[in-house]
Amino acid sequence: MRSIALGVSLLAFSAGAASAAGKLNLYCAAQEEWCQVMARGFEDATGIDVDMTRKSSGETFAQVKAEEANPKGDVWWGGTGDPHLQAAEEGLTEPYISPMRAELHPWAIAQAESAGDRTIGIYSGALGFGYNSDLLAANGLPEPKCWEDLTKPEFKGHVQMANPNSSGTAYTTLATMVQMFGEDGGFDYMKRLHANINQYTKSGSAPIKAAGQGETTVGIVFMHDAVAQTVAGFPVVTVAPCEGTGYEIGSMSIIAGARNMDEAKQFYDWALSAEAQNLALGVNAFQVMSNVAAQKSEFAPDLSAIKLIDYDFKKYGSSDERKRLLAKWDSDVSTLPQ
Amino acid sequence: MRAVTTEKTTHPVLIFWIVTGWVGFALLPWYGVEDFWFLDWLTEGWPTDSDYAPAAFLLGQGEKPWLWPLAPALLAPLALLRRRKTDPAYAYVLLAAGGFGFAWLIAQGLGIGIRGWTADWLSALFGPLEDRQYGMGYGALVVASALLFLFTQGIAARGAINGDVFVTGAIGGVIAVVTIFVFFPIAKMLGAAFITEEGGYSIPLFFAKFFDDHIWGLGCLSGTRCGVAWNSLFLAVLVGVLTTLLGLVFALVLTRSGFRFKRELRAITVLPIITPPFVIGLAIILLFGLSGAVTTWVADLIGVRPTRWVYGLPGILIAQLLAFTPIAFLVLIGVVEGVSPSMEEAAQTLRATRWQTFRTVSLPLMRPGLANAFLLGFIESMADFGNPLVLGGNYDVLSTEIFFAIVGAQYDQGRAAILSMVLLGFTLAAFYLQRFWLGKKSYTTVTGKGDSGVHPQMPRGLAIPVYTIAALWGGFTLIIYGMILYGSVVQLWGVDNTLTFKHYLTAFAVRIEDGGIRWIGSAWDSFWTTIMISTVAAPLTAAVGLITAYLLTRQDFAGKRSFEFGTMLSFAIPGTVIGVSYILAFNVPPIEITGTGLILVISFIFRNMPVGVRAGIASMSQLDRSLDESSLTLGANSWQTFRRVILPLLRPAILAALVYSFVRAMTAISAVIFLVSARYDMATSYIIGRVENNDYGLAIAYSTALIFVMLAAVGLLQLLVGRTQIGRRLAHEQGGS
Repeated sequence: MRSIALGVSLLAFSAGAASAAGKLNLYCAAQEEWCQVMARGFEDATGIDVDMTRKSSGETFAQVKAEEANPKGDVWWGGTGDPHLQAAEEGLTEPYISPMRAELHPWAIAQAESAGDRTIGIYSGALGFGYNSDLLAANGLPEPKCWEDLTKPEFKGHVQMANPNSSGTAYTTLATMVQMFGEDGGFDYMKRLHANINQYTKSGSAPIKAAGQGETTVGIVFMHDAVAQTVAGFPVVTVAPCEGTGYEIGSMSIIAGARNMDEAKQFYDWALSAEAQNLALGVNAFQVMSNVAAQKSEFAPDLSAIKLIDYDFKKYGSSDERKRLLAKWDSDVSTLPQ
Repeated sequence: MRAVTTEKTTHPVLIFWIVTGWVGFALLPWYGVEDFWFLDWLTEGWPTDSDYAPAAFLLGQGEKPWLWPLAPALLAPLALLRRRKTDPAYAYVLLAAGGFGFAWLIAQGLGIGIRGWTADWLSALFGPLEDRQYGMGYGALVVASALLFLFTQGIAARGAINGDVFVTGAIGGVIAVVTIFVFFPIAKMLGAAFITEEGGYSIPLFFAKFFDDHIWGLGCLSGTRCGVAWNSLFLAVLVGVLTTLLGLVFALVLTRSGFRFKRELRAITVLPIITPPFVIGLAIILLFGLSGAVTTWVADLIGVRPTRWVYGLPGILIAQLLAFTPIAFLVLIGVVEGVSPSMEEAAQTLRATRWQTFRTVSLPLMRPGLANAFLLGFIESMADFGNPLVLGGNYDVLSTEIFFAIVGAQYDQGRAAILSMVLLGFTLAAFYLQRFWLGKKSYTTVTGKGDSGVHPQMPRGLAIPVYTIAALWGGFTLIIYGMILYGSVVQLWGVDNTLTFKHYLTAFAVRIEDGGIRWIGSAWDSFWTTIMISTVAAPLTAAVGLITAYLLTRQDFAGKRSFEFGTMLSFAIPGTVIGVSYILAFNVPPIEITGTGLILVISFIFRNMPVGVRAGIASMSQLDRSLDESSLTLGANSWQTFRRVILPLLRPAILAALVYSFVRAMTAISAVIFLVSARYDMATSYIIGRVENNDYGLAIAYSTALIFVMLAAVGLLQLLVGRTQIGRRLAHEQGGS
């Protein structure tokens, strides 16, 4: 672990640009607009200059790991929780207990506690699926309401999901099934679902974008992504599966050895405030925010009305369990004929 | 020869590099300075502040003692100032001083990092080190170049390459930069293939991973799926062959037919090369996807359910043909034009029919072009990432697998490294096959001797299919671009077709206030960065590429083969691997440039240089060596020959290299994703962010704007570089190369 002293001396070294006003290098793994308003919002609130880089969660993790010996980023904000947990496991991120914790939902704090305070929840979103209502009608299909519906023979070739090997969303799906139906039942479900899948996409949100464009009937994704399609004007209907479902906790971590540690902590506290979390409303982010006082979007899926399973992030976020499940999925499910 | 002439005064090149070395050592800040070109450091404590101090001042203040050995290396050449080049001491001193200094500079850079010694055995050997150092800056860079070129002058003085200072310097320089910016990062990355999860090294693990069924499985022969390696290979061969054929078709129409609208045709064929990634893929989905216009129309017509036929091999193939045919065309047009009509006329005089002439004279003379075009198509297809991502369906290829091995839910650098090795293996195999096919024959036709006449028209039997294919493909390209243009002016592509300009306004709005322009559109930041980076990268890429091509075709030196291989290497590796390997290699001292614009420029230079090399080689193998020889005999040195004789004849190749590197810098994505930073965001990574956010309209509008900017830039380059008339042909106007 790099000491803060080294971070400070690095700051002094890279002087010139870094003056007393302070600056912050933000790695943002949410959508572009949300990242923008977070960066500008923090600048307005504190006067600290923010250099924001937006990448997907996987890319950010890859970068933080590659930069391990000489970190360039200060805070990693947003993106699904698993890479944050993995970074915590590998000591890539810094433990920090924010004074803002009192204002948060219990699930956000549980996320922090499971990672030795190296990360914290900032929003959550439930897994589900969405379908293209035009295509559903054109193909004369019944409206799917449950996970089980997707395995019916008439949905053959109509369902799309991401490949769990490349996408955190799809891994959450796999882990959800295993937790909901037990390991054998979960894999049995994945096998039956496999028969109906038309494509395993690489990226997690690709299935619902394909559904929006009419390239598949059903896409298995996080519900807030499906809602965003509807709001963007595509004929997509979002479904909360009747059996219950898993969820993700979008997280935030401070990068170990951050050059601007003080500013990083300032951002961390600010990002957990209701004021900062309300910015999500303006940019079509339909997740549920972690601050109890944050406002809710009228379009956001109502988490209290959805049957959420007791998702074990610590177990299913660990790299050993992940590797085991993915290897099993690779050998038992993906090789079956369709 | 020049080197043997006795000169009373010292060679000016020697003086230049000695002075440069001392400027770097005693005046410029030794370590990296943020925003160097703002020159703030001049007023903020230079030359004594240890952040900004030149090496000489650091040593004077008793800091960084490991820099001391550089002083004698820079002092020794001063003793040569009055010596003759023929003096044996001249060569030995330069070799010893330059070689030792350069080696020491590298050794100390690698050995001492931000946490003192970088390896345990060093601290075991020398005891703990309390001090540390950061990334090298301009001072170190300048000293390193000076030492390197002093060394190459030493080699020249020993009589290598006829004592030619320019050629030895160029070889040394290219080897040094290729080693630093290609071999070093790639070696770092590929090393990961042998690293176990516990951090140790394991050879059996490597073999277990290498012969994995996911890579080499042959399931598709028995109904399931084949390994990614076979998928990639099959696709790349198909794309290589078809792009070469299509490229040849367009090159023939432009040079050997009476076709009237050559300019327009040329513009159409070049359009795809200037199209940002994902856009062609989106247009193909809107045409051929499940709900695509063509698919639904055909399905209605023959009364079947629309299918997802385009996802997989067909989709990737169509998109890659659209994208890479222009590259084959750019390579082939130079070669087809360069075939001297004298040969063809000679054949016709000997009563050969037009068809016989074409088949036995013109076509064989185009071999270098065909081979290079195939090679480029093959490699591009192997490394392409955007199209398989959008259209791949369940047809997995190496490049996307590599990307998701790194950024996917399983962070598996080892797997990425192994897949990269497979990809690299295929590319190298193609490279050697190409060399084998070309053999040792001569393809020289432009000789400087009497060369006149015009190219004969194509034989009729060939002209008809050529015209048909050109017309069909040209029309198809136009439809695709029509769709793209249309997509940028509708509310929501594919859903709400109301016309609107709002996407352009969001991206490119400006406001005039206080007599100045405020760029309020959301795209301006990344737009200006992209323009700036591309403008810096393009001429550098072309220069490095053409000098390399010159060395490869015109000079003989030991290790030429491996030298050529090195220059092709970075092109063969997918951008994703380059991106990650650059972060691994250049985020820590001695070269610490991540997060700067410089790393983008450098990655573009070494990614795109091979095209300059290939275009240069193809053109230069047609220029007879007697041209150089006559220039040398008349007393010019090799630099003058290169500049006055070869360069003007290479204008088509220069243009191709400039255009290609500029355009690629504006449209590249896979390497860029890892290298962009907040201050240096590129257009493509911004566009991908928009696509991910369902903002298709904005993404397409931005892409369309970029297409027009690139068109303008290409036109401007054509004007600047000018056209070249190879030979003294007058009739049917050249396509404007």
